[in-house]
Amino acid sequence: MAATSSMFMYSLTIQPPTAVTQAILGQFAGTKEQQIVTASGARLTIHRPDPTQGKISTILSQDVFGIIRTLAAFRLAGSNKDYIIIGSDSGRITIIEYVPSQNRFNRLHLETFGKSGIRRVIPGQYLAVDPKGRACLIASVEKNKLVYVLNRNAQAELTISSPLEAHKPQTLVFALVGLDVGYENPVFAALEVDYTECDQDSTGQAFEDLEKSLVYYELDLGLNHVVRKWSDPVDRTATMLFQVPGGADGPSGVLVCGLDNITYRHSNQDAFRVPIPRRRGATENPERKRFIVAGVMHKMRGAFFFLLQSEDGDMFKVTLEMAEDEAGQATGEVKRLKIKYFDTVPIATTLCILKSGFLFVASETGNHHFYQFEKLGDDDDETEFDSDSFPADPTEPYNPIYFHPRGAENVNLVESIDSMNPQMDCKVANLTEEDAPQIYSICGAGARSSFRTLKHGLEVNDIVDSELPAVPTHVWTTKITREDEYDAYIVLSFTNGTLVLSIGETVEEVTDTGFLSSASTLAVQQLGEDALIQVHPKGIRHIRADRKVNEWPAPQHRSIVAATTNERQVAVALSSGEIVYFEMDTDGSLAEYDEKREMSGTVTCLSLGEVPEGRTRSQFLAVGCDDSTVRILSLDPDSTLENKSVQALTSAPSALSIMAMADSTSGGSTLYLHIGLYSGVYLRTVLDEVTGELSDTRTRFLGPKPAKLFRVSVKGQPAVLALSSRSWLGYSDPQTKGFMLTPLDYVALEHASNFSSEQCVEGMVGIEGKNLRIFSIDKLGNNLLQQSISLTYTPRKFVRHPDQPLFYIIESENNTLSPLTKKRLLDDSNLVNGDAAVLPPEEFGYPRAQGHWASCIHVVDPINSKAVLQQIDLEDNEAAVSIAAVSFSSQDDETFLIVGTGKDIAVAPRSFTAGFIYVYRFLEEGKELEFIHKTKVEQPPQALLGFQGRLLAGIGNELRIYDLGLKQLLRKCQAQVVPNLVVGLQTQGSRIVVSDVQESVVYVVYKYQENRLIPFVDDVIARWTTCTTMIDYETVAGGDKFGNIWLLRCPQKASEEADEDGSGAHLIHERQYLQGAPNRLALLAHFFPQDVPTSIQKTQLVAGGRDVLVWTGLQGTLGIFIPFVSREDVDFFQTLEQHLRTEDAPLAGRDHLIYRSYYVPVKGMIDGDLCERYALLPNDKKQMIAGELDRSVREIERKISDMRTRVAY
Amino acid sequence: MADKLRTQQQLEQLQSRYVGTGHADTTKFEWTSNIHRDSYASYIGHPPLLAYMSVGMGECRERVRSMMIEKMIQPVGKPPDVQD
Repeated sequence: MAATSSMFMYSLTIQPPTAVTQAILGQFAGTKEQQIVTASGARLTIHRPDPTQGKISTILSQDVFGIIRTLAAFRLAGSNKDYIIIGSDSGRITIIEYVPSQNRFNRLHLETFGKSGIRRVIPGQYLAVDPKGRACLIASVEKNKLVYVLNRNAQAELTISSPLEAHKPQTLVFALVGLDVGYENPVFAALEVDYTECDQDSTGQAFEDLEKSLVYYELDLGLNHVVRKWSDPVDRTATMLFQVPGGADGPSGVLVCGLDNITYRHSNQDAFRVPIPRRRGATENPERKRFIVAGVMHKMRGAFFFLLQSEDGDMFKVTLEMAEDEAGQATGEVKRLKIKYFDTVPIATTLCILKSGFLFVASETGNHHFYQFEKLGDDDDETEFDSDSFPADPTEPYNPIYFHPRGAENVNLVESIDSMNPQMDCKVANLTEEDAPQIYSICGAGARSSFRTLKHGLEVNDIVDSELPAVPTHVWTTKITREDEYDAYIVLSFTNGTLVLSIGETVEEVTDTGFLSSASTLAVQQLGEDALIQVHPKGIRHIRADRKVNEWPAPQHRSIVAATTNERQVAVALSSGEIVYFEMDTDGSLAEYDEKREMSGTVTCLSLGEVPEGRTRSQFLAVGCDDSTVRILSLDPDSTLENKSVQALTSAPSALSIMAMADSTSGGSTLYLHIGLYSGVYLRTVLDEVTGELSDTRTRFLGPKPAKLFRVSVKGQPAVLALSSRSWLGYSDPQTKGFMLTPLDYVALEHASNFSSEQCVEGMVGIEGKNLRIFSIDKLGNNLLQQSISLTYTPRKFVRHPDQPLFYIIESENNTLSPLTKKRLLDDSNLVNGDAAVLPPEEFGYPRAQGHWASCIHVVDPINSKAVLQQIDLEDNEAAVSIAAVSFSSQDDETFLIVGTGKDIAVAPRSFTAGFIYVYRFLEEGKELEFIHKTKVEQPPQALLGFQGRLLAGIGNELRIYDLGLKQLLRKCQAQVVPNLVVGLQTQGSRIVVSDVQESVVYVVYKYQENRLIPFVDDVIARWTTCTTMIDYETVAGGDKFGNIWLLRCPQKASEEADEDGSGAHLIHERQYLQGAPNRLALLAHFFPQDVPTSIQKTQLVAGGRDVLVWTGLQGTLGIFIPFVSREDVDFFQTLEQHLRTEDAPLAGRDHLIYRSYYVPVKGMIDGDLCERYALLPNDKKQMIAGELDRSVREIERKISDMRTRVAY
Repeated sequence: MADKLRTQQQLEQLQSRYVGTGHADTTKFEWTSNIHRDSYASYIGHPPLLAYMSVGMGECRERVRSMMIEKMIQPVGKPPDVQD
């Protein structure tokens, strides 16, 4: 397969995956403060929990271009900084540190031990470290275990030894932990099963008698050798191990968790066992046994406890009691194990307890939670069970124990961190009639699932919204003296007057300020030490501290049309096109510069930059004229008002602003000229601080109204507020320092100004119609706003109403009691006190039962009521599997909602008893559904689609066409087109693209005259298709279960032949090619984005942007593919990619090209996420790459950022 | 003869290092067991794939993970009788 393609696309991530594979806790910055490092997909993120506010903020997130499987934190003895070990798919062990001064990860060691990729015997699945940081063990599921000794050299640098092997063939590892042994030789404990004998014994007896053992591996530091020190059989069902503190803190050893029991084990201690308490309740099966699925050990001064979570989400507090002799001295022997119910939190992949008294729950599905501990469950009336009443031998019988789940008492939720994991389906649509479409997505599982609306924008915090007597045109704020911390006045200009409001406890009008109230105002400025300036059409008013007013009148028959000011300079433009320039004297008075300069056209706008620190003036004045130019004039005393440079524009400028902003290219701050045009376009150009040259212009379209620009301050950074038909904020990204322009999720403003008061230090004041609004922007990190509507069960698929802004969602939940069964159980049982309480399922989940399904159809209105409008529950253990809105031509093109269901479905291996197709009619413009009839079919229909006024259904491996009858659907046509199972359908014209669960896609043509479905082209690779979309008539884009995205195209000839008029006999009689269809699809592009794609769609994302492919991933990823237009760009980005691969090699040691070619060699794709890392490189590397590419650094950065901003966020 | 011996040794080395390397007498049982074990290890190792399956099965991830390792012990049922 050639690596080049006729088509190239640029892959970008809009929202990285939010599913957390693992989280670790440590002092990664080397200070006392603890941080959380999470691995989500290929991304390593470090978060800072803020104990005072109870919030978590992201410090750094980096794509490592490799699959992160496991993480571990360790600290060398005597050090106060934690290092991170990454177990990934690179076949290498990676040790990194976080460098807080540069805010980046630094790789310290990278040791290769095996092949790359995720394989059965290549270590990387399990990672355990010695609690004293002396060694780590990295293991695979089967056989291989490698021990690395960690130490430090004379320069106090971390060293790593060559690996020591502790392999044992034909042995499976279930769990692995490092044992706490104090300063004795490091020991690792593994839960192992040896299957050698099972493979030999044909009677199956060996399999029956198979034992699971707890094995200790000791690293003898003296001999530099690993030995299997101790092995003892444990409970056969055991799956997890937890480390018990040792040395001075506890007895050492492990907790072995299996089905319905937790056992304490250690080589020199007796075993102690407690069962896992079961939930009591009318809907709970008293026989159901639980596993422990997550847990955490926490050490406090002199004590420790475990919080272990069962698969229902219930957390149990487990403690150990130590034996004492007669004198009250601890003998070092364990006396008993105790367990009691603690609280219920969402099922976690990892639990982290922070020293500051917080609990971080990295949830398996849905939002991650951050809790604060209220108490530790020490003195409540929860029953405590101990190991005295239970035999230590797992085979002996015992009485199960029960508890009543209750609302949280010990932990208190302080923050919920948005996570769209698992994301099941997504649609991009513009339902609100705004200029950019919104993203609608269904995500989450169980009762924590939700329907989310994503919008590009920044969250705005509205502080004041008050009505004014008339419609103002401009607004300013000003301080009174230079030393003032906060603004004192809000000045509002009306068409014929000016109003001054004072800012204090309340905002009220003041009249004795010296401002001229009978004319409108053009500019307001605090000047020098303690003076104020008001520019009005007839002159400039200079108000001194003693309220003495100096007035500079405009020359006769001329008025001022534009003005700009800073704290030392004033420039005004007269209606005659003259520019008058003033500078403040040493005595605080304004001195007019003698010579006026006449411009060629009418001046529309002016701008002075701020006076740089330590200077007396800003060097440049920018002048915008109605001949569509911007001129830069010098303000240097030797060359005052001399022309420095000119820039021609596409339309007359409506606003200018010279501003210094952080810049990723230079790493420091750069002077920019921001230009707003009457056409609504916004430009940003670099203004050379010495020569005044303008360069590197970047353009964005804001909206159809003239753009206005205001200098504001957000999060201590200068930012530009750009107003058009929407309000936008231009700022530097907090992490990359790259320039971002994001719309505000706020009303469109007419005019605005920076605002600072005691209550709101960094705010903005704006006017909208007659309203004065004060607001602030608190978060710059996240530019995708989420709104969520909760759903009942795990959503599977959804469709939109053809005309109305409504969605129909099918939801189903496996192994869960249906509402009807639940009700019957509740009614039937003779309820004991306390059993009747129905707990909120969002926190406690639904009562579970093997083989049961709960399923429903939801009507959701995301725009107006933002709620679920109707819920239709399915009965008889049916679960909805597919949905479509189909218009039937036999019913005058009325649209019906069609839902496919299956009865008694078992997922693996697939089985069911029947399938049904339900038909619903839309009532009240789709707000309600009315059941019409249902049709029994042989198999659950996994795919439904409207097709030429009829219904197309994929039933098993058959494709069928149904028409709507009075009593049921009527089968019109059918054909077997795929080998296994139809899971998706797409259509254009008479062409149908059918996806098979494991055999990629097949193109089928429907011959109307003959009423036949004829497959004519299929694929050469078995792709386990999850989603597809037709990009054009010939091309299909899709994703598969292993995390690939591909583009396939039908050969031109085959495509034309299929559509030839006539019977299609030539298609039917065409010779099969290698037992498949007569033709084969050609691969256009292939890419491995790592996440499992769940939806793919061709759409626009921004107003005026080109069409892109938007895809979503199961773990919450949102990504796009942008087609390249020119071959030149492709060559440029390909070379850039090549350089970045070597200059910025992936952190975890995976080769980037091999990673993106995980299953199939990457083809026709440029990895934009890699290209965007260019901005984060150190300057010398940037220069070097720029040199190789024969371009300037700025040019490269502009190209990279243009790729994103033209079509996406 | 020496050549044959060396080839034999090399093969043995491969077999010991890379689990599942076949030989002339690989049985169907050995081969399928090996394929299935590889598959299960891959499902466990790829976090998105494991999540995908856990959502499909309606079980939590840790349960699916342990279930799959459990299946690796005897993925294709009992071994066939050995005919001597």
